[in-house]
Amino acid sequence: MAQWETVIGLEIHAQLATKSKIFSGASTAYGAEPNTQACAVDLGLPGVLPVLNEDAVYKAVIFGMAIEAHIAPYSVFARKNYFYPDLPKGYQISQMDLPIVGIGHIDIEVDGETKRIGVTRAHLEEDAGKSLHESFHGLSGIDLNRAGTPLLEIVSEPDLRSAKEAVAYMRTLHELVRYLGICDGNMQEGSFRCDANVSVRPKGQAEFGTRAEIKNINSFKFVEKAINHEIARQIELIENGGTVVQETRLYDSVKDETRSMRSKEEANDYRYFPDPDLLPVHISEDFKAQIKAELPELPKAKKQRFKTEYALDDENATILTSSRPLADYFEAVVKQSGCEAKLCANWMTGTLSAALNKAGLDIIDSPVNEQRFASLLARIADNTISGNIAKQVFEALWQGTDTTDEIIEAQGLKQITDTGAIEAIITEIIAANAKQVEQYRGGNEKMFGFFVGQVMKAMQGKANPAEVNKILNAKLS
Amino acid sequence: MTAATQGDLSTLTSKELHHKIVNKDISVMELVELFLNRIEQYDPQLNAYITVVQDKARAQAIEVDNKIRSGELNHPLAGVPYALKDLFCTKGILTTCGSNMLRNFKSPYDATVYDKLNHAGAVLLGKVNMDEFAMGSSNENSAFGVVRNPWDTSRVPGGSSGGSAAAIAAGLAPYSLGSDTGGSVRQPASYCGISSIKPTYGRISRYGMTAYASSLDQCGPMARSAEDMALILQTISGFDVRDSTSANMPVPDYSATLNEPLTGLRIGIPKEFFADGLDAGVAKVINEAVEQFKRLGATVKEVSLPNSHLSVAAYYVIAPAEASANLSRFDGVRFGHSCDAPTNLQDLYERSRWEGFGDEVKRRIVIGTYALSSGYYDAYYLKAQKIRRLIKNDFVAAFNDVDVLMGPVTPTTAFKIGEKSDDPIAMYLGDIYTLPISLAGVPALSIPVGFSDNLPVGLQIIGDYFNEAKLLNVAHQYQQVTDWHRQSPIAFSGV
Repeated sequence: MAQWETVIGLEIHAQLATKSKIFSGASTAYGAEPNTQACAVDLGLPGVLPVLNEDAVYKAVIFGMAIEAHIAPYSVFARKNYFYPDLPKGYQISQMDLPIVGIGHIDIEVDGETKRIGVTRAHLEEDAGKSLHESFHGLSGIDLNRAGTPLLEIVSEPDLRSAKEAVAYMRTLHELVRYLGICDGNMQEGSFRCDANVSVRPKGQAEFGTRAEIKNINSFKFVEKAINHEIARQIELIENGGTVVQETRLYDSVKDETRSMRSKEEANDYRYFPDPDLLPVHISEDFKAQIKAELPELPKAKKQRFKTEYALDDENATILTSSRPLADYFEAVVKQSGCEAKLCANWMTGTLSAALNKAGLDIIDSPVNEQRFASLLARIADNTISGNIAKQVFEALWQGTDTTDEIIEAQGLKQITDTGAIEAIITEIIAANAKQVEQYRGGNEKMFGFFVGQVMKAMQGKANPAEVNKILNAKLS
Repeated sequence: MTAATQGDLSTLTSKELHHKIVNKDISVMELVELFLNRIEQYDPQLNAYITVVQDKARAQAIEVDNKIRSGELNHPLAGVPYALKDLFCTKGILTTCGSNMLRNFKSPYDATVYDKLNHAGAVLLGKVNMDEFAMGSSNENSAFGVVRNPWDTSRVPGGSSGGSAAAIAAGLAPYSLGSDTGGSVRQPASYCGISSIKPTYGRISRYGMTAYASSLDQCGPMARSAEDMALILQTISGFDVRDSTSANMPVPDYSATLNEPLTGLRIGIPKEFFADGLDAGVAKVINEAVEQFKRLGATVKEVSLPNSHLSVAAYYVIAPAEASANLSRFDGVRFGHSCDAPTNLQDLYERSRWEGFGDEVKRRIVIGTYALSSGYYDAYYLKAQKIRRLIKNDFVAAFNDVDVLMGPVTPTTAFKIGEKSDDPIAMYLGDIYTLPISLAGVPALSIPVGFSDNLPVGLQIIGDYFNEAKLLNVAHQYQQVTDWHRQSPIAFSGV
């Protein structure tokens, strides 16, 4: 049996987070009543004309810069002609020969190895509307709210060799577009979706095999499953003496299979030609320089900096740089709390992250903002409260609006560092537990924990653990 | 008013009519009634109007009368009635584009030019006939029937803005806005003995003007004089944020330069426009007009536009290619004609479009679709674009040596209705002198300069990019010493 190599290229459609549509002033907000966000231009009425949204261009260029791509000084919009009820003009305005973003690259990490994936191009285009086939008096409905929403189609080189790599690429890109603030990345709402071109070839063969394109996959899980399914299908087909035909396939997530949508012969002739209603887009050096200055620190660089500047381990650095708001939150907390970065990182990836997960909230919606979280950690650092008490304070911060200090004051949680008071309690406890003292002194060192527990219990957890340890050690030895 | 006054008023220029309104010789309402009466009386012979908006026009007349009296409105077109080619979108009024596809279509928004005229206090009389979707040179391709030439009703008025030209010539409107893609205001103006201008591509916003071929379409004023065209152009030109292809350049005061003398004007005569195919009668009238310019102080030299003979071929690839996409929106789904009881989506598309579009529109959609098809794109569309560039270069070179170019608008005068209906190639070849200008995007106007066998002959004056002021100046000076533009067909001169 031959050894097979998989070749994958992805086309990712990222919906650009502009306020209005790419060629009209209508809103792009998701979830409005059908056809309430479609103006005359979106409806393709006679006589209307498209006007390019500058913010969409800005977002495409900033993406291009982030992947170190060639930014076309001159790019052109073209009409892609086909008939479909959710395509009001009978053509989609896209880019063909002269896309705004040229060759670039994205580095992905798979099993600890870094691999560079080529990006062939990224171009601007308008989204179509939606056909609603369900329960519409037996007819199909059309919702044109989405028609004209700006998309950046990012096309990779066929550099990916497994479903795992494809997912890693998609995740890296997903993280990047959110970092850049150009796409909200919401996959359920279709803001970030993917077509996968998949082929197989015998290992060592230079030529590519015939590819199938799997359309419109909208989750990381489905990308992996769809590609793996398609690979298995193609290998099985070839090994049984068949040949792969070039076609477009759909992934059915319920049945976990891909099925043919249309063959190459049935493919549309899109009859692309430059759209005469739009001027070519000229990107000046000044515009590029301005964007370069506004380019945020990218995930890879930030992760590296977190490791060196804050001495974080790889795991914490990875988690804390997985989104820009999370990274910003972390840095704000370190700065405002004056605490050791490691403590901040552990509290964020531990207590805070658990609470957010439980509530299903994103960091930007956290009831405990960076300022309140920083004040909590500051009280740990200055020994006002212990770590255990801090968890109790965090709960109160999460539930209410009181400040850390108000909570500590109101609940009397202030840590006791008065050695006299601790010593008095310890003396009492040693006197009351003669048997345990004997065991400890007899070599049962585990009993030390028993005494710590007793002291903490007697002092409602507020005793300074270091002082307790010190005094207990002295008294018991 | 006597019958004679009515006939007289209907032949006045917009400028003269505005003066009469301002001098209180006539109210806007009286003027509107006069034109509505004339339309009712004469239009059945011509079929120039598709829709007449009596009630709206009267209501607007009252409003404008009041605003003029109160001094709120003092625009030079205030109170002057006009007609719009039926491809400009007008809220609440039918916009049919001369097509069954849009027989019942009312736009929910106004075209920019209509909006500007409304603000100026111009009063819309109605929407005028045209070749379907502006495709045609005779106005025979209208779902609303052929339009007849007021000078000889057995002949075509030209196209595609044939309704506009016929209405003005017969005194059924003082002026009109047409659209010109390959000659569609210049050629009918020439056939009907009126004045028209196709400005530089981008001079006037296309927003709300139903597209035929987007890279060529340009709104064009059609009127009784160069002076009127200057006023109209002034009113409707300028950058529009809703049209990316509109020019972001200041609009000069076109009226201010009308009276500059023509002494030293350098006129170029493109030799290709006088080659085989030009009717001898037309050539004679054109040559006489050129002589008149010499008497006004101009110098004349022969120039060459060596690639102009390629314009018909290039145009009939580019325009249909763009049209094939522009007309895809008429699919029976959202607006326009939708076939009865479609069995499925394909059926809905096929029958709605088959029933909605006329033959010439279908022909151009097929030509355009073919020209853009995979495997043919380079040979047709791309090659046509290269030719377009060469043609443009010809004009740029010519304007190094001369100020304006002059020649015929068409090879012949108006032809008989039905004469070329079965021969699209013959019809297309009639556009040979107007197409190079459209492809280059330069401005050109057409003014009446005489008659050949009792039919009007138009002179085409072509200018450099955005030099409409010069064209209007040249035309106006000619009209100061001639009265061809004041001739009206006798048959329509009464009440």
